[in-house]
Amino acid sequence: MNAAARSRLCRSSAFRCRAVQASLERFYSTARNGRPFRMAVVGSGPAGFYTAYRVMSKIEKAKVDMYEALPVPFGLVRFGVAPDHPEVKNCQDKFEEVASSPDFTFVGNTAVGNLGAHFDGCTVPLPSLMRNYDAVVFAYGAARDKKLGIPGESDLKGIYSAREFVGWYNGLPEFADLAPDLTRGDEAVIVGQGNVALDIARMLLENVDVLRKSDITESAIETLLQSRIKRVHIVGRRGPMQAAFTIKEVRELMKLQHVGYHPVDMSLMPPEISKLPRARRRLMEILVKGSTAKVDGAAKSWSLDFCLSPTEFIGDASGNLSRTVFEKTSLSDPFDTASRVSATGEKIDMASAVAFRSIGYKSVALPGFTEAGISFDDRTGVIRNDGLGRAFGDNQVPLAGVYCAGWVKRGPTGVIASTMEDAFSTGDAIASDWVSDVRFASDGHSRGLEGVKGDIDTSRCNVISWNDWHKIDEAEKTRGQAIGKEREKFTTTANMLKVAA
Amino acid sequence: MAATSRSFARALRCLNTPSKSIAPSAPSSRSLFSPRPRLPNLAQSRAFSITPLRLHGHITPPKPGEELHVTFIDKENHEHTIAVSAGDNLLDVAQANDLEMEGACGGSCACSTCHVIVTDEAMYDRMPEPEDDENDMLDLAFGLTETSRLGCQVAMTKELDGLRVKLPSMTRNLQASDFGSK
Repeated sequence: MNAAARSRLCRSSAFRCRAVQASLERFYSTARNGRPFRMAVVGSGPAGFYTAYRVMSKIEKAKVDMYEALPVPFGLVRFGVAPDHPEVKNCQDKFEEVASSPDFTFVGNTAVGNLGAHFDGCTVPLPSLMRNYDAVVFAYGAARDKKLGIPGESDLKGIYSAREFVGWYNGLPEFADLAPDLTRGDEAVIVGQGNVALDIARMLLENVDVLRKSDITESAIETLLQSRIKRVHIVGRRGPMQAAFTIKEVRELMKLQHVGYHPVDMSLMPPEISKLPRARRRLMEILVKGSTAKVDGAAKSWSLDFCLSPTEFIGDASGNLSRTVFEKTSLSDPFDTASRVSATGEKIDMASAVAFRSIGYKSVALPGFTEAGISFDDRTGVIRNDGLGRAFGDNQVPLAGVYCAGWVKRGPTGVIASTMEDAFSTGDAIASDWVSDVRFASDGHSRGLEGVKGDIDTSRCNVISWNDWHKIDEAEKTRGQAIGKEREKFTTTANMLKVAA
Repeated sequence: MAATSRSFARALRCLNTPSKSIAPSAPSSRSLFSPRPRLPNLAQSRAFSITPLRLHGHITPPKPGEELHVTFIDKENHEHTIAVSAGDNLLDVAQANDLEMEGACGGSCACSTCHVIVTDEAMYDRMPEPEDDENDMLDLAFGLTETSRLGCQVAMTKELDGLRVKLPSMTRNLQASDFGSK
């Protein structure tokens, strides 16, 4: 707003004028003598985009460069959200709007930190970002998974992590060659009872013709068509009152055609479900009500197996998984959502043609964190921070210009709405630091991508721009159209780069 | 499967609607391109005011004499009364008027970011009951109340003229102490 307009407004009321000006300062944030605020975002999933969005709306002269290790953006919106949940991916419209701003630059196919010779993209060393930006926001998510740490887990064939399996059916290049074997028998065991576990169950149980129309990869369709899985166990250490899954995902499973649900163990259900708080009540009601299809006569069936903790995977002579051993657990108070759980010593055995480990994702530190003094908690897998996204160095002191958002900030839980709120809080912290003359990373000499360019190792390939991504996007949609799908993803970075060239 | 095909149908509907957000020329002033805010909330703060409706992809300008009014009470307790047409949903109305309502899933009832709280119970009762999938999303909303709805699922009707809804603060405020033990 120009000065004339402001003074016109000011004439209206002295009181309002002060309020207007105070608010204007908050809104325009023309701090630091009006020089632009340059920010690097590491990661292009919802956390990265929502942080960029917030900062760009709050700081007038914000220039954002977003670094993404893959040639394609959107992180788990592309590679995590189930293909039969296309509506959840609508947040991409907002990300597209952010990316089309002249103040935004996508630096795709470029990993931060040296990932070693096996990585075929470009790399940029972290210190280069720290030198060239006022702020660096880490929003790279959780690229590893938690392990059970039980015998057989890492040597038997037929055990997959949820991250691998979900990545595979969603076309994540890292797992393009997973080739899960679903033909060795009819029983599948999923360890873990979060929404990812329920997504996997749905993929195994759903009519393939329904999935076919989604953007699930064709190779996943082929594999699912050959699947012999007819019985899915979704196993958790605790009970229904403590379960992490949410109602939408349960309802979807209950409504699958010709798929029956084995009744829940009623001893774990509170006697008066109707008196529970609303959300828990509705969830318990649907578990008690069960599926539309009856188990008897259903083509496939599933169950939620509560109070079981896996202790061992057992294989056959040729090293294929055949059984999973569980120890029964006991809840100190089955009706308390925070109930303690303890082992009973009693073991049971479950036939398992295939098993999935779905007990959570985990973030890891980027190469260069130690040198940069960024404090990473290896146990919980988060960057230590003040809860608002200001990353800590040693002694719990925020580091100048270092922020985090999303799963690497608060741990790998929650839906996109939770990550959005979380990213907004980081964005707000950044904007408020910028106007309060807090010290930032580059001490006023930030040059952004101009300064970084020379440090990007492009010996193996090129950086992917937002326009390049659009070419990939178009090509994927065209491929999809030809076979009646919304999109057919490229599952290797080489093929992505070929289209972008 | 019913749920799934319905989801697809919704997603399709979304695809067919001209997108409000992709085009850089989108008139929403929440877009990053439009001129900076026309003093949001300030000019109209506290005072009861009627904001004329601006053109927007998703909403229909009301015909003179047929305006319905809806009042949004934002997180700062400022009231925004807006004249709308029958059929417009609260998410589209809020977005067309620069109120802070995200609608992450594009109004397809797949998230809870357009959560609103109807202030008057009688008015809440006049609305058609929420469907299961709306309730499922509301169950995940922060600050859920007995009269919570998703803005994208509430279409204005004559019966709802004068409707007042509060925009909840979407999350508890994270305190540094929440992370202290980690």
